[in-house]
Amino acid sequence: MAAKIAYEDVEVGTELPVRTFPVTRATLVRYAGASGDFNPIHWNEKFAREVGLPDVIAHGMFTMAEAARVVTDWAGDPGAVVEYGVRFTKPVVVPDDDQGAVIEVGGKVAAKLDGNRVRVDLTAVSAGQKVLGMSRAVVRLS
Amino acid sequence: MALDQSFVGRTYPPTAPYEVGREKIREFAEAIGDANPAYTDPEAAGRLGHADVIAPPTFVFAITFKAAGEVVEDPQLGLDYSRVVHGDQKFAYTRPVRAGDRLSVTSTIEAIKSLAGNDILDIRGEVHDEAGEHVVTAWTKLVARAAEEG
Repeated sequence: MAAKIAYEDVEVGTELPVRTFPVTRATLVRYAGASGDFNPIHWNEKFAREVGLPDVIAHGMFTMAEAARVVTDWAGDPGAVVEYGVRFTKPVVVPDDDQGAVIEVGGKVAAKLDGNRVRVDLTAVSAGQKVLGMSRAVVRLS
Repeated sequence: MALDQSFVGRTYPPTAPYEVGREKIREFAEAIGDANPAYTDPEAAGRLGHADVIAPPTFVFAITFKAAGEVVEDPQLGLDYSRVVHGDQKFAYTRPVRAGDRLSVTSTIEAIKSLAGNDILDIRGEVHDEAGEHVVTAWTKLVARAAEEG
């Protein structure tokens, strides 16, 4: 593993650069194909409404993957991520237009652990609502 | 209807190996819009100390969730999949997933709860490579939302 960030250089409270990620219906179709998750709540508005959702929603795993990029881009080596967990608190509703939705992700070093590891706490917001809770990654730094 | 508590602790047989391909990792990385070269360029991955391209941290979910399908679709359990949403997800890695891995998943039902009419199911997937070494553990919480009254 070869994270580009050194453990000694990081302090608790260090903020990771905030990122915004767009998500449209086309994004979801592509993600469904790549991930093999073809649940129609992610592409069929009629079906989504029938099961009580406001509209088509993004795969939680898509949102989780986007949030991880804040950590992997910072660490440099995606293989440095040793633990990663999230709670899906609100769905990311994706309207059928050119704009779609936007997921805004921030991160902060919450704790320094043994073995050159740090815990990064992530926040993810879409349409003013927190879409991930308890979002934490443990990364092994160099 | 509440799910059968007797399923808690049940472990399903290991899945047939899933062979992780470079192009599948590339397809996944493109789908999440991530241009990190560790996912597509073996040399770049090598400079980070990896034997081949590695997969993004959430890639393995496709494999563990497919394995969990055996649980989710078990007619005896009776989960209404059309009302299922993903509650929580967690991964703990021994090492990253990389191209060429042949991965097998052993799924266990860790917990079954009923809360306000919702059925909540916790599944743990242990992922091992062909040599039998542990690669990653995935914990998945699924919530089957209660149907609205008629």
